[in-house]
Amino acid sequence: MEFIIASAVGVLTAGGVYLMLRLRTFPVILGIALLSYAVNLFLFASGRLAVNLPPILSKYGDASYTDPLPQALTLTAIVISFGMTAVLVMIGLAAFLEADSDQINIAADDTDTKTNKDAAQ
Amino acid sequence: MSAGGNLLFLIALLPFIGALVPGVMIRAGRTACATFTAVPTALALVMLMILAPAVLRGEVIQAEIAWLPQLGLSAAFFLDGLGLLFAGMILGVGLLITLYARFYLSSKDPMGQFYTYLLLFQGAMLGIVLSDNILLLLIFWELTSLSSFLLIGFWKHLPEGRQGARMALAVTGSGGLAMIGGMLILGNIVGSYNLTDILQAGDAIRASDWYLPALILILLGAFTKSAQFPFHFWLPHAMAAPTPVSAYLHSATMVKAGVFLMARMWPVLAGTDAWFYIVATTGLVTMVLGALIALFKDDLKALLAFSTVSHLGLLTMLLGFGTQAAAIAAVFHIINHLTFKAALFMTAGIVDHETHTRDIKRLGGLRHLMPVTFVIGTVAALSMAGIPLFNGFLSKELMLEEAAHTTWAGNPYAVPVLATIGALLSVAYSLRFIGHVFLGPARDDYPQKPHDPPFGMWAAPALLAVLVVLIGVMPFLAQDIVNAAASAVTGTEIDIYLKVWHGITPALYMSILAVIGGAVVLWLHRPLDRAWITAPRPEAKTIFDGLVAAIVGLSRGITEATHNGAISRYLAIFVVASVALGVIAFSGGGLTAPTRAMLPVPSIVAIGWLMLVVATCAVVVMHHARFQALVLIGVIGLTISAGFIYLSAPDLALTQISVETVTIMLLLLALHFLPKTTPKESPLALKLRDGMIAVAAGVGIGALAYSFLLRDISTISAFHLANSYEGGGGTNVVNVTLVDFRGYDTYGEIIVLGIAGLVIYALLETLLTGPVARRLRNSERVDDLSRDRHPTMMVVVTRVLMPIAVMVGIYIFLRGHNQPGGGFVAGLVIAIALLMQYMASGFAWTQSRQRIEYHTMIGWGVIIAGLTGAGAWLVGYPFLTSAFTYINLPPIEEFELATAMLFDLGVFLAVLGSVMLMLYSLSRLARLAGEKTNTDAMDFDPADRITDKKAGH
Repeated sequence: MEFIIASAVGVLTAGGVYLMLRLRTFPVILGIALLSYAVNLFLFASGRLAVNLPPILSKYGDASYTDPLPQALTLTAIVISFGMTAVLVMIGLAAFLEADSDQINIAADDTDTKTNKDAAQ
Repeated sequence: MSAGGNLLFLIALLPFIGALVPGVMIRAGRTACATFTAVPTALALVMLMILAPAVLRGEVIQAEIAWLPQLGLSAAFFLDGLGLLFAGMILGVGLLITLYARFYLSSKDPMGQFYTYLLLFQGAMLGIVLSDNILLLLIFWELTSLSSFLLIGFWKHLPEGRQGARMALAVTGSGGLAMIGGMLILGNIVGSYNLTDILQAGDAIRASDWYLPALILILLGAFTKSAQFPFHFWLPHAMAAPTPVSAYLHSATMVKAGVFLMARMWPVLAGTDAWFYIVATTGLVTMVLGALIALFKDDLKALLAFSTVSHLGLLTMLLGFGTQAAAIAAVFHIINHLTFKAALFMTAGIVDHETHTRDIKRLGGLRHLMPVTFVIGTVAALSMAGIPLFNGFLSKELMLEEAAHTTWAGNPYAVPVLATIGALLSVAYSLRFIGHVFLGPARDDYPQKPHDPPFGMWAAPALLAVLVVLIGVMPFLAQDIVNAAASAVTGTEIDIYLKVWHGITPALYMSILAVIGGAVVLWLHRPLDRAWITAPRPEAKTIFDGLVAAIVGLSRGITEATHNGAISRYLAIFVVASVALGVIAFSGGGLTAPTRAMLPVPSIVAIGWLMLVVATCAVVVMHHARFQALVLIGVIGLTISAGFIYLSAPDLALTQISVETVTIMLLLLALHFLPKTTPKESPLALKLRDGMIAVAAGVGIGALAYSFLLRDISTISAFHLANSYEGGGGTNVVNVTLVDFRGYDTYGEIIVLGIAGLVIYALLETLLTGPVARRLRNSERVDDLSRDRHPTMMVVVTRVLMPIAVMVGIYIFLRGHNQPGGGFVAGLVIAIALLMQYMASGFAWTQSRQRIEYHTMIGWGVIIAGLTGAGAWLVGYPFLTSAFTYINLPPIEEFELATAMLFDLGVFLAVLGSVMLMLYSLSRLARLAGEKTNTDAMDFDPADRITDKKAGH
């Protein structure tokens, strides 16, 4: 099981990094979304894995529970990564509408975004 | 703290407070401005005089206010003999300069600014000489660099002024940086940053391995400040400053700060071979070199500047000798140099002011036109030359006496001979100052016909000239302060008797030799000058400018290579660097054996894993088709939520699944405007490179996670589990952690989320009012849309679902404290329920039914959460302490009321408001882009159509 989670984190990271290095905004946003999954999974797993031991206190005897703290932190992290993705999407969208190009790099020979229009077509 | 201590604080503070005055008083006129500038200085001087008798008796006055004791930082001041000498000089000359500048500056100069800078500088200087904490001293040290930058560049319109100021700042500033390192090492060796403690620990410091690095770093600071070779070049360029500044900073105070520091650190650092060879040699070289250059300078102020360099070298050399007699000579010469050099600078300023030139070759014969100035200048210059009955003679005799006994690397002649040459050159340029400026026939080609200035302008140098003669004839007048300061420098009680006549000593022969030789050199000045001009010699400014240009070029090269506008490259560099760091950490060893057994893998989990891996690979391969990629992202998110359920994290699963939904909606909305495909434009090499980076990162993170998961760590979670019910009143430990144990985190997080929502809203507002809006309005983006944008079935189903979804949301919210759920999830669920209405019936229809603005909702959420937390204050508990009780209210079962629930309500509102604000902002764009607004629930209302037909018939 541990290997499953670790490899899933690794695969998500690799996919995320690859997409993050693309040249257009949309794949970069997807890449960051994948990276967020990887990070959240990693954070969650740092409490170590447990099956059928949810951190909901039970009245019966002294049951054992999984580590609740990483879960609480991951929960907010998930919500915050949504907020971050939303801001990125908006910035990417605004940039595209302004410049009519969704390239993320400024061309090496000129810094004028207007000319990127030609490159995009 | 004693009364004396209070006075000490006031003395240190007064110039800074006073710096506010001139800017205000300048409106009352220039004289009023100068008068009020003099007031804080004079007050501080009076207070210093009150403290002086005690200090002269050998007492040390201390004052301290602890500020950050953990870091060893305190506002600590102390006043001993050395501090008294320097503080007196700073304040006394400060007064004279204030008077002089009043007449020197023209009515066009912003005098208020000038005096403000001057007082700032004065405060910084006082801080250096009074600090009892080396960290505080460093702050004042840097302040002098900064304020002198302002003063040197006071005439902003002159390029020389700006360049000189920049050079001074660069040289002294970098020296100051080195000194910070040295001082921190000292503090580390001693274990205290208190100067008085450090001064007691000389033996420990000299025995330490870190002695030499500390010494070199501190000396770098002192040498750059005091313009020692090879850092001497900035001082002549700083002469572009107005003459009062030159007289104040570059003769009396700032350049002496380095000397002061060496004197201050003398008991700790001096006495070793390293000290002797570095300090004495540097001083000796600087003394001779400075005097030599001074002889051939035609600019009056440049001559004086290099003469100052030379005399600072003399002081440095004396301190470098490391003997008590040399330290006494140094202290005495500090006083003497101050008096004659400040007078000479002011004289030069008067000459410049009256004749409009400082070029010696265009001057001469001023004796007849400016008799008063001539007398002052001659007295001061004779003192500089070291002629008997002037005070310069006395300290020079002491210096030569010391030099005569000093052996350098086994050679008994090197130091005495070079010292005599330095003295000889000093005589030559001093006599040149008198001879070529004042003596000779009067000329008729001065740029302006000169005459003596008003009394106010020559009063200050005249006073100094009187001191020159007084001390020269009756040296015992300065005896007390010299004794007190020298005692402080050497750390032992010193009581010497200063006298005019020392008898027939080697020093006297050297002196006579120097005077005669100097006169001869001046007589030969014309041919020597020609030889000097033709001789090749390095120009310091060119070298400095070249160095600066090279550094600028280097940093520009690095910046442009790494920061070329390509985000992809930064990200790649960042990832590669992180991976490299990870590899280094992994290869360091220290990984213990695994302590946890692996859990079994049921087949269903294996299938889920396979799905995740395949979907991720597919996203990577198919990301050019953006819609498909989104679907695959959804698959990944759902698989992860399933994984959370399996691995005992029901709250995470709920959150993930609802966040997934809104994320996909958001991306879909964005995709509405973005191109639907990504062009295939990466060359194969780039793909391979990125692939390699990605695989390396993935393998690294995977390995990290794997080794992490197989080992136990100690956590603080047992506390949360144990106190969740008793302390937090809930059985869902995750929720209790969120709203109680770590409520402060959560509070911050909902604020961040709210800000993200507002950022998006603000970005959109800018877009909607800019040129983009016009383009969007004219665009045709509606072609590929479905004809039936608001299908009847969807409208009906979402209407039915709405109350159910809201009820589920409320249920999830209410059970959150004890069962999986809570404010975060509930907020997301309700948001989805509302978004369904937007999707089914369109923007305008839904908008017209919306009661509360989303901004308001975010605001209320944060306010409610904050007030709930603050409520704990009312009953005397820390912020966010929760309380709960159980209520029995028939016919309902007993239920719990907790303030945490109220906090969770705030979370709920903030999350709901933020998510809605984000998505709704995006859909506003759609409305602009030519989409028809609908006020009806559906496009083709069956009921309407029937009526239409009826009407048609």
